[in-house]
Amino acid sequence: MAKVIVVTSGKGGVGKTTSSAAIGTGLALSGAKTVVIDFDIGLRNLDLIMGCERRVVYDLINVINGEANLQQALVKDKRTPGLFILPASQTRNKDALTKEGVEKVITDLKADGFEYIICDSPAGIEQGAMMALYFADEAIVTTNPEVSSVRDSDRITGMLSSKSLRSEQQLSPVKVHLLITRYCPERVQREEMLSIEDIDDLLGIDLVGVIPESQEVLNASNMGEPVILNTDSDAGKAYQDAVDRLMGIERELRFVKFEKKGFLSRLFGA
Amino acid sequence: MGLLQYFRKEAPKKGSAKLAKDRLQIIVAHEHSSAASPSYLPELQREIVAVIRKYMDISAQDVTCEFSDKAEDDISVLEVNVALPKNK
Repeated sequence: MAKVIVVTSGKGGVGKTTSSAAIGTGLALSGAKTVVIDFDIGLRNLDLIMGCERRVVYDLINVINGEANLQQALVKDKRTPGLFILPASQTRNKDALTKEGVEKVITDLKADGFEYIICDSPAGIEQGAMMALYFADEAIVTTNPEVSSVRDSDRITGMLSSKSLRSEQQLSPVKVHLLITRYCPERVQREEMLSIEDIDDLLGIDLVGVIPESQEVLNASNMGEPVILNTDSDAGKAYQDAVDRLMGIERELRFVKFEKKGFLSRLFGA
Repeated sequence: MGLLQYFRKEAPKKGSAKLAKDRLQIIVAHEHSSAASPSYLPELQREIVAVIRKYMDISAQDVTCEFSDKAEDDISVLEVNVALPKNK
């Protein structure tokens, strides 16, 4: 059974697109046919993060308007088999994103054998964001350990339970997962940053992963290669753990405790 | 100086995370309660005041309308409180 998963947050710049790219890639690596749809109409960026910007010909709005068919618009990922992206339009107005249009695209993707449909939401709570979450079966709420991000995550969680198709049709509710990004265990230990427990207390959402603050994320976006493919990096490993948990595999949390370097390890750089 | 700073650094320094959590707890709780109340509530309150004013002299502050969800009973409650001035 195909699953529609929205990656959302309310607030901008917290790592929705980075997470969509990483998680989409991870799911495809598990062997499931996966598509990541960019819902940020007018500000498309998923193509850059996934390194396929030069191969974009048609986009989501072209498909909705019948100017191109789905097969023409889907961009096949060069590195990961079974991974596709459906880019956002760079020129159109976000009002072009109609409920009927999005519904048809999702139905067609399911008919085409896609097992995971990842909807990369734009920031905010306008049309693009509402359409990205409307058809979701599950949601990944991306949150930074920071006041405005936590507040917006709470708002968007409320919308998932009141403005989605599942809520309107009184089906079982959207399954909401919390993904904490840019986590700094050292600052948490110094009580300068909200901890995992603090955020859990405030939001009350099941935790699916904690991605540590990492220089590798910027490196990955510079190269156009989802950070999950960097299997040496903490961030890459943490995303892989999150993907495993999404698929129901239990994984211990990693990279969430700060260990002060001892004298010897500082000396030898271990 | 160096030695002094060394000891200062060792002193337990309270970070700002606690304050962040406290502020968030208050604002999140507030937003949850106001999200539950329907948008017509202020208008409803105004009209109730207007109707009662036809018969007695009250001020807008004497009427409070509160909306709450009783999750356990699967119902919502609209509570209207009217404080009447003593009969003179």
